[in-house]
Amino acid sequence: MITTLSRATTRILDVIEDRTGLVSKTKKIMEHPVPKESKWAYVFGSATLFSFVLQVVTGVMLAQMYVPSTNSAFQSLAHIEDAALFGHVVRGMHYFGASAMFLFIGVHMLRVFLYASYKYPREVNWTSGVLLLMLTLAMGFTGQLMRWDQNAIWSVNIAAKQAARVPWIGHLLSNFVYGGDHLSGLTLTRFFDFHVFLIPGAMIALIGLHLYLVLYNGISAPPKAGAPVNPKTYKHQYQDLLKKDGVPFWPDAAWRDALFGSLVIAACVALAFTVGAPKLVYPSDPSVLQADPRPDWYLLWYFAVLALSPHSLESYIMFLAPLVIFGSMLALPFLFNSGERSPSRRPWAVAWIVIVVVGVLGLWREGAIAPWSPRFQSPPLPNSLPATASADAFHGQVLFHAKGCEYCHTINGLGGLRGPNLSDVANRLTREDMIIRILNGGKNMPAFGGILHPDEVAQLVAFLQTRRTHPGPDVTQSR
Amino acid sequence: MEIEGVQVTRRRLLMAVSIGAGALAAVAAGVPLLGFFISPMLRKYPAVWRDVGPLDQFKQGATVQVNLVTSGGLPWDGPAQRVAAWLRRNNEENFTVYSSKCTHLGCPVRWIPSAELFMCPCHGGVYFKDGDVAAGPPPQPLQQFPVRVQDGRVQVQWKEEWVEYAQLESPCGCRRNSESAARHGQREEA
Repeated sequence: MITTLSRATTRILDVIEDRTGLVSKTKKIMEHPVPKESKWAYVFGSATLFSFVLQVVTGVMLAQMYVPSTNSAFQSLAHIEDAALFGHVVRGMHYFGASAMFLFIGVHMLRVFLYASYKYPREVNWTSGVLLLMLTLAMGFTGQLMRWDQNAIWSVNIAAKQAARVPWIGHLLSNFVYGGDHLSGLTLTRFFDFHVFLIPGAMIALIGLHLYLVLYNGISAPPKAGAPVNPKTYKHQYQDLLKKDGVPFWPDAAWRDALFGSLVIAACVALAFTVGAPKLVYPSDPSVLQADPRPDWYLLWYFAVLALSPHSLESYIMFLAPLVIFGSMLALPFLFNSGERSPSRRPWAVAWIVIVVVGVLGLWREGAIAPWSPRFQSPPLPNSLPATASADAFHGQVLFHAKGCEYCHTINGLGGLRGPNLSDVANRLTREDMIIRILNGGKNMPAFGGILHPDEVAQLVAFLQTRRTHPGPDVTQSR
Repeated sequence: MEIEGVQVTRRRLLMAVSIGAGALAAVAAGVPLLGFFISPMLRKYPAVWRDVGPLDQFKQGATVQVNLVTSGGLPWDGPAQRVAAWLRRNNEENFTVYSSKCTHLGCPVRWIPSAELFMCPCHGGVYFKDGDVAAGPPPQPLQQFPVRVQDGRVQVQWKEEWVEYAQLESPCGCRRNSESAARHGQREEA
């Protein structure tokens, strides 16, 4: 039985080979020699590709039921999520596939940078990878908009207003984002076009180029200290290495890619079943202002950049930083295409990786907490006044919530994080200090002098003077 | 055959014809395609007056949300053509209407009546009741829409809010904030 099956398969392959030549070509590609030492550090590029394929497949499925219309987009997603068979799983796979793609494209790029695999002759491998990173970011942003919920429409506004900051052509760029002067039905249909046709089309072309170059230039061998890249001799040395020590890509190296990529897909499916895609918040309606726009996790770090940039520099940061960052990344292999590849001989490269990873993780953490955002949902403070507290202090406690102080200041674990924690403010500030700050405000605090009645100021200060957590040095007495 | 000293072989001629025909076809198809692609960006949307309610609906001194409809809408715009604004009745005949979009990056500012402040949920922008910047990153006061009273009804003129490229002209955002704070640091009746 098995022999018969094997013979039949061989005959079919012979026919395909005879008519197309694809069998021998595929075999040649799959068995091309690769450096023996290219092991687990090399699986992240293929993991990104696996994730991309998952995105294409799940995206095609979602498009069967998704309606790119302002009236129906949210409802069609709600149907996919709540009614369609396995709909919430397919949507979850699409979301976690996107997350995996972001994660692994980042790790893959860091590995390539750490090993300096971008040096001669792989400069175009790197630049095509940078372009793919940019397109992946664009896919993440446009994908978030496909939900067409409150988050989506305000995210479009944020993108358009950033584009508008660009000198001279800002208005045109803003119109490009909106598909007109303002949000309209065209905004969604255009973003759908970008997300489903234009960007994936460009990505497929670039992935084709990227993979062709991986085959053409070969997989870079892990770097060795004291073996710098010399463009005049590199190709010759690489061929010698493959002849001496090369192993066939399939299965000697590719089994790791296959195993890791399969685990990535399996993890996406498992997460889709157990966690699911982000909940659909509220159907989009620009006249509903009780919205709290937040990007998906993979863009939270940029949310932090927008909030933490110095105000006087943020316009520069918004349009110059992407130019400088992506421009430098594109120029990198052409500026440093020879020399040492080993991280032990490139301390600055290692330092850059540490700076980028720590910086992005730090910004990501800040973006997740968003301490700059007022906490509108903070409940009124429970009564925590001592029995001896005055009536003024009691009124001040009520005002602390009513006047919005609590949106930005924490007291005993309740409230916002924008301003200092005031749980023990009386240990730090005198009555006069408090009055000055309340009346005049600061860079991130409104001046309440024109808002509060003098009696209200006195009540607030009376309340704040009860905020003392330990005896400590009583500044109100010592000054 | 030789033309102006250049030897034109059959092969050269066929190449020139192929490339020329291809270029012609690309331009012929490309012009309408490009025009179609960029046409939404070049479309002008006229400012329009929108009725927001009878005069007596608005209490003096109160700031309330009013909803407008943008202009030049497409049949499938749906809810996307709605836009909200904050209307304040200053006195009998005088109104001010503020855009609900933060001048920082366009997030929806909400009016907190008890605090008499507009607050933005995104990056911490705060505005006083007259639209001046009170705190945070906004580069400009809240934008205003023209408003009028006709036949006992309040009308607001919708026009797309356009954040001017003004940030770079101001050497320091904090100076602007401190000027605004100085104006608002005293009670109005003082």
